[in-house]
Amino acid sequence: MITDKVEVRVTVNGVERKSEVEPRRLLAHFLRDDLGLIGTHIGCDTSQCGSCTVLLNGEAVKSCTVLAVQADGAEVTTVEGLGDMENLHPVQEGFWEKHGLQCGFCTPGVMVAAVDLLKQNPNPTEEEIREGLEGVICRCTGYENIVKAVQYAAERMPEYESAQAMAASLDNGNGEV
Amino acid sequence: MANVFGTPLKRREDPRLITGNGNYTDDIQLPGMLYAAVLRSPHAHARIKRIDVSAAREAEGVSAVYTGQDLAGKMEPIPTAWLPPDSDMKTPAHPALAVDTVRYVGDGVALVVADDRYTARDALDLIEVEYKELPVTVSQEEAMKDGAAQLHEDVPNNLAFHWKAGEVPDEVFDQAEVSVRQRFNQQRLIPNPMEMRAAVARYNPGSQEMTIWCTSQNPHIHRFILSGVLGIPESKLQIVAPDVGGGFGSKIPVYPDEALVGFAARDLKRPVKWTEERSEHFTTTSHGRDVVLDVELAGKRDGTFTGLRIKNIANLGAYLSTAAPGVETILFGLITPGPYKIPLAQVETYGVMTNTTPTDAYRGAGRPEATYQIERMVDLFAKEIGMDPVEIRRKNLIAENEFPYDNALGLQYDSGNYHGALDKALEMLDYEDFRKEQEEARKQGKFLGIGFSTYVEICGLGPSKVAGQVGFQGGLWDSATVRVHPTGKVSVFTGTSPHGQGEETTFAQIVAQKFGIPQEDIEVIHGDTNRISMGWGTYGSRTTPVGGTAIGIAADRVIDKAKKIAAHVLEVSGEDLEFEDGAFQVKGVPEKSISFADVTLQAYLAWDLPEGVEPSLEAQSFYDPENFVYPFGAHICVAEVDGETGEVKIKRYAAVDDPGPVINPMVAEGQVHGGIVQGVGQALYEGAVYDKQGQLLSGTFMDYTMPKARFFPKFETAFTETPSPVNPLGVKGIGETGTIAATPAVANAVVDALQPFGVKEIDMPFTPEKIWKIMQNGRGEE
Repeated sequence: MITDKVEVRVTVNGVERKSEVEPRRLLAHFLRDDLGLIGTHIGCDTSQCGSCTVLLNGEAVKSCTVLAVQADGAEVTTVEGLGDMENLHPVQEGFWEKHGLQCGFCTPGVMVAAVDLLKQNPNPTEEEIREGLEGVICRCTGYENIVKAVQYAAERMPEYESAQAMAASLDNGNGEV
Repeated sequence: MANVFGTPLKRREDPRLITGNGNYTDDIQLPGMLYAAVLRSPHAHARIKRIDVSAAREAEGVSAVYTGQDLAGKMEPIPTAWLPPDSDMKTPAHPALAVDTVRYVGDGVALVVADDRYTARDALDLIEVEYKELPVTVSQEEAMKDGAAQLHEDVPNNLAFHWKAGEVPDEVFDQAEVSVRQRFNQQRLIPNPMEMRAAVARYNPGSQEMTIWCTSQNPHIHRFILSGVLGIPESKLQIVAPDVGGGFGSKIPVYPDEALVGFAARDLKRPVKWTEERSEHFTTTSHGRDVVLDVELAGKRDGTFTGLRIKNIANLGAYLSTAAPGVETILFGLITPGPYKIPLAQVETYGVMTNTTPTDAYRGAGRPEATYQIERMVDLFAKEIGMDPVEIRRKNLIAENEFPYDNALGLQYDSGNYHGALDKALEMLDYEDFRKEQEEARKQGKFLGIGFSTYVEICGLGPSKVAGQVGFQGGLWDSATVRVHPTGKVSVFTGTSPHGQGEETTFAQIVAQKFGIPQEDIEVIHGDTNRISMGWGTYGSRTTPVGGTAIGIAADRVIDKAKKIAAHVLEVSGEDLEFEDGAFQVKGVPEKSISFADVTLQAYLAWDLPEGVEPSLEAQSFYDPENFVYPFGAHICVAEVDGETGEVKIKRYAAVDDPGPVINPMVAEGQVHGGIVQGVGQALYEGAVYDKQGQLLSGTFMDYTMPKARFFPKFETAFTETPSPVNPLGVKGIGETGTIAATPAVANAVVDALQPFGVKEIDMPFTPEKIWKIMQNGRGEE
């Protein structure tokens, strides 16, 4: 029942984290219970709701459907890694500006999904945003203000990205932002 | 100071929530904490013949395993809190874990407490239970019949209560020029807030104090009930609702699970956490709706209504949930005439127990059911007499000059401009143009429909005296404390318990407006029974009309006291002072003034206070409203039915809602959006489905269709603002309007679209399969 633990090394939000986990441990539980990154939420057990969405090597995944061992050697970005109050990511800013959240529970996953959506399609139409949010469920907002939040973010992304690039080069390639 | 009341301020809740710094129950980690998991019945009705937990108890990492037998006599059953009077109410016991009989799939059988989530789950598999299956009853109509499976010995024919209000003699219908009858099946829904339920309990064996953090919409009600269930004095029991990820009614009830973690934490002297899984949530957290309504509406050929008579057979599930008996009686029944002048009305409700998950409030709680039937009946009546659905509404809506209006079932509607809301909605959408478009479309084999929903909602629950009269086992007033700190910063404590609705922002706006200080200087604190003296929580759109009003009153009391101090400092009489822009100023002498912050400091220093004035600056209010408040509005839906697939697409959706003065239009609009989507969800997508054995077939997000972003167009929303005379802020409530109005608006639109097929009524949800069959058969389901 309780199996031998294995070592995993995962770079989470730019910091390498090393831990011993059971092979069956879900990435979502690894992030929340082992690393204390409670911003990633678990809203279902069938990979439908998307509350637990994180970036794994830059791509949005549902961390309830990824084992921690599968993330060994990978880079993970959670909501905590998107930005903080001193330096909000445009998606975070958009959700705040446009009232894109109510209870806030699905929000971290929806925002991470939106980051991935904008990476794939920097100038989405409203319809493309609605289609692009297929993998997430929000029970509070009726989605309309989430769509507005993503539109807001899309407008600001180019400026944000060039500022990030500038900061990174000033930082002498350290890469920590 | 600019007006902050009525301004779309960004929410103050958001900085923590968008940066991953929220604090939901499952986020809480305590030293030495154990994890609990509940073994749940796989059968809808069975006798527990044998249960063997020995292997689970011996498993590595398991601290304890409890069965219903282990808890017998150590915990009181979970009670219901609503006993409708004169209803021959039965209250069967609801033990936290089944003792010898399980009554629905999901009923708790054993509790495992272990070192971590995984170990607890593993140990569930080591428990052996031998069941003897019993006959099952799922449908409420079947359950009432002789010979149906009996759930509880003390509930004959599974009838928990029979409640009735009003009386309409047969003659009204027999002699009516027009009489329309229809049966409506309002399917069972699953509230599904994105955060599932969770609880963490910590017990101090020395002081014998317990803290339970849990996903609650009403922590003081949880304390009230859990104190009795666990035998812990309220003075030693703290309930905290931290960030709560939505509720929609499903986090009102007190469930066995919160009590179980409390019991285990006390027994094991270690903190215990339990977090529901979604599949568990589907079967154990309360469901909503599930009623069968038989409705008759009598009237005249000219479109006047003369009488309404309703029989509601409500499915309560296997046990009586906390507020359940009130939902399909009081909250449903009294508002059934809606916004129309109907001189006579009669409603009766049969509350029936079945082998299904208990039902309770779900966003709107009874009022969506009430609104659905009357909005559909009005359309059916209009069709019967060949009248336009807008015209018949205009004819029967209560006029602006008729308020306060006493409806046929004893409610007094406070204020309204129902015609105004309808007119405004019609301005947003050209009706005549639509009818032409519809006709053209039909010629091309496309089926467009328009649906109207003019609604009124009973909100702001409510006057405590009425709560008592209708059998609610609590008060419905609420409390507020407004504490101005020595530096002029303000803490506001509310007995309501917001969980997504944004009152940390909107309540700060109320106080900022009163004090003329920046809203950033105000913090709103809620959800902790040790910090807030008392409160009855957030539901029934009561948070702002009751809790917000209490805050306004407390703030006024603070100003009254501050004024006395200001007058003393300025050596004038209080009458000579006016309070504006955050300062007390001598009328006509602008240079003679003192700021609110300076007065506050004087109140705390207390070096020289006027006689009879005590130090500090804070005030409390326990506000009990004199009446309910009645938000209203008009929603219009334009839908298109795909002639090939039967799929319904919403083309346009216009909503005009009147919640009284709007404190924060952005937040209010957000409430309307979310409500509409849930209302449309009922009409088009959602539905809990049981098989005959009582197995929930729609038990995951794969089988239960949650509305998604791509299902909807952009909504067109607007407000009218008719103040309520009930409270000094004039506010009514906006949390449930969308859900209440949207379902019948969509239903009316779809039935209108399918007129070429002679459709009268379709059972929700309107799935493509159902619609396609109707189109193939060329007629509606009767």
